[in-house]
Amino acid sequence: MFKKVLSLCLAVLMVAAISVSMVSCDNSNADFKLGVILLHDEASTYDLNFIEAVNRAAEELGLSEDQVIFKKNIPESNDCYEAAADLVDAGCDVIFADSFGHETYLLKAAKEFTDVEFCHATGTYAHTEKLDNYHNAFASIYEGRFLAGVAAGMKLNEMIESGKITADQAKIGYVGAFTYAEVISGYTSFFLGARYICPSVTMDVQFTGSWYDELEEKNAANALMDRGCVLISQHADSMGAPTACEERNVPNISYNGSTVASCPNTFIVSSKIDWTPYFVYICEQAKAGKAIDLDWTGTISTNSVVLAEVNTKAAAAGTQAKIDEIKAQLVAGTLHVFDTDTFTVNGAKLTSYLADVDTDDAFTPDTEAIKDGYFSESEFRSAPYFDLRIDGITLINEKY
Amino acid sequence: MKTNEKRVHEPLFHVVKRAQIPLWQSMSIRVGAILIAFLFSTLLASLLLGRSPIQFLTTFFGGAVGTPRKVWNLAKDAAKLLCISLAVTPAFRMKFWNIGAEGQTLIGALAAVAVVFYLGGKVSNGVLLLLMFIAAVIVGAIWGGIPAIFKAKWQTNETLFTLMMNYVAIGLVEYFLKIWVTSGSGSLGEMKFGHLPTIGHKYFLLVACVLVIAILLYIYLNYTKQGYEISVVGESENTARYVGINVGKVIIRTMIISGALCGIAGFLIVGALDHSITAETVGGLGFTAIMASWLAKFNPLTMIGSSLFIIFLQNGASEISDMFRIDSSFPNMVVGIVLFFLIGCEFFINYKLKFRESAKKGEKA
Repeated sequence: MFKKVLSLCLAVLMVAAISVSMVSCDNSNADFKLGVILLHDEASTYDLNFIEAVNRAAEELGLSEDQVIFKKNIPESNDCYEAAADLVDAGCDVIFADSFGHETYLLKAAKEFTDVEFCHATGTYAHTEKLDNYHNAFASIYEGRFLAGVAAGMKLNEMIESGKITADQAKIGYVGAFTYAEVISGYTSFFLGARYICPSVTMDVQFTGSWYDELEEKNAANALMDRGCVLISQHADSMGAPTACEERNVPNISYNGSTVASCPNTFIVSSKIDWTPYFVYICEQAKAGKAIDLDWTGTISTNSVVLAEVNTKAAAAGTQAKIDEIKAQLVAGTLHVFDTDTFTVNGAKLTSYLADVDTDDAFTPDTEAIKDGYFSESEFRSAPYFDLRIDGITLINEKY
Repeated sequence: MKTNEKRVHEPLFHVVKRAQIPLWQSMSIRVGAILIAFLFSTLLASLLLGRSPIQFLTTFFGGAVGTPRKVWNLAKDAAKLLCISLAVTPAFRMKFWNIGAEGQTLIGALAAVAVVFYLGGKVSNGVLLLLMFIAAVIVGAIWGGIPAIFKAKWQTNETLFTLMMNYVAIGLVEYFLKIWVTSGSGSLGEMKFGHLPTIGHKYFLLVACVLVIAILLYIYLNYTKQGYEISVVGESENTARYVGINVGKVIIRTMIISGALCGIAGFLIVGALDHSITAETVGGLGFTAIMASWLAKFNPLTMIGSSLFIIFLQNGASEISDMFRIDSSFPNMVVGIVLFFLIGCEFFINYKLKFRESAKKGEKA
């Protein structure tokens, strides 16, 4: 009897396996092509993150090398439109562009080539243009930043307890690129995460005015350490800040992937957006002939926001456990990153705030973002719009 | 035979300066150099990538001229390069080494974008385009004129000066982007106003404008008094002074023309292509233009060919790097290899190798 059941089970399993493999080998898969437009190439951590995600997604979907075409080093100009048109000619079904400044040119291509799907990371126009074949995407990276902030708070508490610093000296330094909502939302959520663990923390932010400038980022990190910052984090794409920290043995929380290889003594943890789920999603939808979300937000629950492995050499004891605990609360919705009870603006609690969600030439604020006692980031569109200057954070240079 | 052995050892060959050689001969040396360069690149690609030479060549040519869109792109990119190459030419003809075309073009583009930013939608498109043109030309001329004035009055080094002006232009673009884009992203995006009209194909007007400039510049340099003065100053400043040419005036005037032409290039990039600006808008074309101008021996009409050739190489090679998934520096390598052979072959045009008599005799025997 047992043998009969086993053989029956095996037979069913084999039929299932064959039918699955037949589904994955159907014709629509062989013709399918994905085109990817990148601002730079592998040398930039930002673009590398996309290239790796595309490759992982291609592997998952069984796409061959000929089915994925990369166009690297495409500037934010008419060249982006031409690259997209070229990819259309090459037979791409879905075309993706990775840089904010590509958007208006990709939009132009989307309007011209209506039977091809266009997807754009970090952009803001999809939900107002409402084209069937133009889509934006981003991820709720503020959740990842908050968790990275928790790791920072743990480290600061450890430094206070060991007597290395007093509670008042718990000051974080943050190297930012531009005074743009994406950066502001990032450092604020990081700071709130740290303050959730270490109540006495303050933060200084220094901007560089560039997404990638190794020397400037290094200089900014050093300047922050000179100002008494005992822990550094950044939102910029070079190794400038992490290397400066390693040289001076100051703990660092990085971005866009782990820097533990170059900074084994100071790297604690890093957050990043993993674009793999999005690439899998858009390819599957396009292959099945289904609509792609106008404005897609990846979250920590869809594995779009991930944290690198905690470096136990630099992190405080119990960091990973604490991160897991708080992550569970974020996923469950019992904890909100921008809870209005946890921060003030100009000394007052926030009850209402109009954010600039719909992009226009004058960047007019248009959407009420406070609801149910928290600032609802990435809900009205995928790209961040939290741009408040909260108390406790000092901006050293507003120039950018 | 014994007397021969006692003679001083003669090298296998020695170099002799050639007299003027006929055009067909110099051209065939150049074509030969290009063919060898291609052979070399193909070999390199097949060694590095394991692709057959035929695959390499079909992808290369397909990438440059494979579809009507690629042909228009070739024409458009070449027109951009040609316009800036033409701009640097008058200055180069008088041996004023202007390497500031990048900045002069960028600042011209910035001026055109500024006009659109402040006046877009407030005046008619025709007036807007005219104002963009005037602004770009004036600002480009100023950017070219400043180093010339310093050179003429105080003998400053024009190469360093024009190079520095590039960085000032980039800084100004970043500054204005900060002011204009209040969201802080630093990205202006495509603007709605100030688009040049479309006649036939969307790039036709751009290509036609640049070709007209090439012809006008050819006439200016070869058939006018000012063009002649430029040549004399280039040959020898002392001669120019001796025949009564005001050298300082010619330098300043010529650089203003160079800068103004760069301004036109900036205007065309903004009005016909990008409708926006970033620090990368010119993207190094200001430096490639020097090569295009030099390859054409500073002749505006030949420059049409040299610009097309350089862009042909770049577009073909970048297709190779897209399709074969190799490092994006490969296009630069191919362009470098071809230019190396092309410049190297000038040696064989100006000089010839004379093999020693005995070696030749030996061959015959």
